[in-house]
Amino acid sequence: MAPDKHLVERWKSAEILLLGGSAGSFKLLFQIVKLLAPGLNKTVIIVIHRKKNFFSEIEKLFAENSRMLMREIRDKDIVNKNTIYIAPANYHTLIEKEGIFALDVSEPVWFSKPSIDVTFESAAEVYKERCIAMLLSGANQDGAEGLLKLRNSGATTIAQHPEDAEMDEMPTAAINIGAAEYILRTDEIFTLLST
Amino acid sequence: MTDNNVIITASQITELIDLVKRVHGFDFSGYTKASLKRRITRIMQLKKLSFYDVKHILVNNQNFFQEFLEEITVNVTEMFRDPTFYKGVNSQIIPYLSTYQHSKIWVAGCSTGEEVYSMAILMREAGLSNKSFIYGTDINTEVLREARRGIYSLRNIKSYAENYQFTGLEGSISDHFTILYDAASIHNELKQNTLFSVHNLVSDGIFNEFQLISCRNVFIYFETELQEHILELFYKSLCPLGYLCLGSKETIRSDAFKKKFKVINPKENIYQKVGS
Repeated sequence: MAPDKHLVERWKSAEILLLGGSAGSFKLLFQIVKLLAPGLNKTVIIVIHRKKNFFSEIEKLFAENSRMLMREIRDKDIVNKNTIYIAPANYHTLIEKEGIFALDVSEPVWFSKPSIDVTFESAAEVYKERCIAMLLSGANQDGAEGLLKLRNSGATTIAQHPEDAEMDEMPTAAINIGAAEYILRTDEIFTLLST
Repeated sequence: MTDNNVIITASQITELIDLVKRVHGFDFSGYTKASLKRRITRIMQLKKLSFYDVKHILVNNQNFFQEFLEEITVNVTEMFRDPTFYKGVNSQIIPYLSTYQHSKIWVAGCSTGEEVYSMAILMREAGLSNKSFIYGTDINTEVLREARRGIYSLRNIKSYAENYQFTGLEGSISDHFTILYDAASIHNELKQNTLFSVHNLVSDGIFNEFQLISCRNVFIYFETELQEHILELFYKSLCPLGYLCLGSKETIRSDAFKKKFKVINPKENIYQKVGS
């Protein structure tokens, strides 16, 4: 199915692509990372739940398979275009102000650190309508509240169709509170991102 | 709308920073605003306070300020957080420390003391217990009180067991604690060579000379200008060739300080003082 014309326009004009996922999202994120190419002219920020002490496996796999510059976020890193940033394990990732990341070690949110809510909320405050955000498969409710804040700030918000998500709790939670402006099938996500 | 939607503006944050500085003498102006905003919002939600309530109580209630300080400064810490860091200390710094008759270590921003005791355990396992002394400092008197007690919930200590194992140290973390019901009390001999005291990295100066300074996951709360001010303090507080440890996602960004601190372990952010 051809994606909504309005959505395509907003995708094209967006400066920041936010991707949040937890259990069951890894395969999809991996495919997305493979798909995105340097001409994108956007900043990609990925927040994926994972355990501390199991270092850099995800980062390594992503980096080996991406055509874009891939970076695990360090404190006060500059937010560059054409780069895929991944939130480090055991920290929350915040946007300090236009163009600067900041990390935080405070309490987990929804038992998660990194928390998707924290990054989404922070991006909503700084980048507002310049963001396009996707909440993918996951087995808890992290990300829903953040997605709502993004939507309320004018950003474009998308939830993966619960029937396509390996774990549907996360996208469902977002849909239930009205955080998702669009609900996309997995193939529609790919079509949009390759437009 | 739920009370999750407390919104405070950047200028309100500035207002609050000014007020705290004037009334209580603590300067938060160099703190990372994104975190500060999250913390202030959190206080407002927890206590169901409006922005004006917060200002009002901050002026009129000294006890509230203590609570405010505790909430504003993140006190989440672990024992042996980032096990590979402790491995790095073991292999790269301990040999240097053992050449000293007596070495002094400063854990800056020590919160409730977990990192100080992690370091104390590391020293004991290296046979340096009686040849080293560890200073733990924080701006927050309440967390220091907990640090001095050295009593943690058993549940927390158990959650550090995996970290401990990954450091490659022998035995298990519980070997270093006396356990009574659901409390774990750090062994007295580990407490002996520690001292906890108040020190504000923003406003206080040098108080000793150290072979090792560990300040991990504190810089993330500071803007780069303030980081540089503190790097200067650390530089002056280190003996020649002394070591500085930052959190694994923190970096020295200033060119001037890149010349003063040589990277010894890029992954764990261990630096060595060079020059004089």
